[in-house]
Amino acid sequence: MTKDLWKGNEAMAEAAIRAGVEAYFGYPITPQTELLEYMARELPKYPGRVFLQAESELAAVNMVYGAACSGVRSMSSSSSPGISLMSEGLSYIAGTEVPAVLVDVMRGGPGLGNIQPSQSDYFQMTKSLGHGDYHALVLAPATVQEAVDMTYESFALAEKYRTVVVILADGAIGQMMEPVELPPWRQPLTEAERPDWALRGANGRPNRVLTSLNLTAEGLEESNLRLQARLAEIQQHEVRWEEEMTDDADLVLVAFGTMGRICKSVLRTARRNGLKVGLLRPITLWPFPSERLHELAGQVQRLLVVEMNAGQMLLDVQAAAAGRAPVHFYGRMGGMVPLPDEVEEQIELLMREGTTRPYAAQSSANGKLPSLPTRVSHPVEGSRHDNITTY
Amino acid sequence: MHEEIIISGFGGQGALFAGQLLAYAGMDNGKYVTWIPSYGPEMRGGTAHCTVVISDEPIGSPMVRHPSAALTLNLPSMEKYQPLVKAGGLLLYNSSLVQSQATRADIRAVGVPANAISQEETAVLLGTHGDARLANVSMLGALIEATGLLTLEHLENALAAHLPERHRRWLGPNGLALRRGAAIAAEALGAGVPTS
Repeated sequence: MTKDLWKGNEAMAEAAIRAGVEAYFGYPITPQTELLEYMARELPKYPGRVFLQAESELAAVNMVYGAACSGVRSMSSSSSPGISLMSEGLSYIAGTEVPAVLVDVMRGGPGLGNIQPSQSDYFQMTKSLGHGDYHALVLAPATVQEAVDMTYESFALAEKYRTVVVILADGAIGQMMEPVELPPWRQPLTEAERPDWALRGANGRPNRVLTSLNLTAEGLEESNLRLQARLAEIQQHEVRWEEEMTDDADLVLVAFGTMGRICKSVLRTARRNGLKVGLLRPITLWPFPSERLHELAGQVQRLLVVEMNAGQMLLDVQAAAAGRAPVHFYGRMGGMVPLPDEVEEQIELLMREGTTRPYAAQSSANGKLPSLPTRVSHPVEGSRHDNITTY
Repeated sequence: MHEEIIISGFGGQGALFAGQLLAYAGMDNGKYVTWIPSYGPEMRGGTAHCTVVISDEPIGSPMVRHPSAALTLNLPSMEKYQPLVKAGGLLLYNSSLVQSQATRADIRAVGVPANAISQEETAVLLGTHGDARLANVSMLGALIEATGLLTLEHLENALAAHLPERHRRWLGPNGLALRRGAAIAAEALGAGVPTS
């Protein structure tokens, strides 16, 4: 099959359509908007499928919830601040045990932040997507092809485990173009294929109830136990990661998504320079490849975690390593992307001095706490309209 | 082969499209490619750039600090990227808009009168003095000639395949601008007239 050049956001939308998504609800936000735009243009071309731009992220996620309850393959997408707004609805979806797919094209935070690529939603996505005891299954693509394949597969995973599946991309994956081979067409579910729990009208049969509300402690504990059993199944069957040159490595880089692919450049340079460096790239962030990392930590001298955040996956790596090897960290924040030469420098430092040098120590702040700005603005260089800038 | 190219100019000069064209040509010829734009709260007339990586191997980082080649369509872009080009790398600048010369001795630098070429090649179809719409493509011609990365035919095929329908009539002038850019680079670098 021939490849074509696709922008990440549009490619994910096309993959979802090919996977048979029947309902998309969303609200525009950079750097994810092309996904919604593509859906707006393409999805209505297929009879019976629905695109709807909601009035807010809150509305969008609850529309997904409703569609999912009726057994309809549905999804939404957003970027960091928009995902925060969806937290409540996602928790309801999880509590009701219905399938849904969500794409998060991460941008710099906290707050309104900016629109540059970031990985600072790791905690939120893997630990705290909403209130209550649950996890979403979180997939982190490093290429546009992987983003396509994951989006395509995510519906089957969501339906199999009746869970929320998150494609955790970032602004770089969303905005970049790469050659992509698109997956084959899958038809939406037929009426006969709808799940036996779906609310489709109770004419001629006993009614069904889907809710996350359970007012007795015994009853709610029971549904929690059922949910936990399903999460345990996911942990058992769905852990994924990629390894490169870890066999003889002294130092193993651990990085996901865009940072994972950047570390592949680092790896090649390091090997050319005779340094025994390997890479473990977690593909599922939840469930996390903890067991494999635990093993690796027992056979290497050091682990170096590199992230576009202040050190979030770092905690999972530390827990997995359990003291068997020192775990080091290098990261940039606010939409800054560590480039290969920066990471290479940290590796050299580690080899020479046994420690990394945090970016803060190199910046003008020099580790000291700078005074807080007294006025907050969102300037646009050269703009006459910086008071009406929208993101 | 592994080339990391930054294309930069004012919004509207076609820096992003030139990058896509290069990526298409690379992909159509079996190379691994990535294209990533600068994006942000940009305004009309502001600068825009993209990074294209073309390689025989799967591509790790799609972003680079020190490109092996920089195509700069205006003065701010030249000022920004001249210091960043890898030693031994290539700097192409639009000499129709940039009056100054390149100052680094450890890189190859070629001024391409890209706007002038474009104006001449668009004059017939427009029935006027022409405009600068082909400046980006003439710079690509110079890039191909100076680096040996792909061939002019590869670029022409990519143009034929990916130029939007409403711009089809510009296919011929694009090809001419491409070749004139290549000829400028060939002359400047003493490599003779392009054979392709």
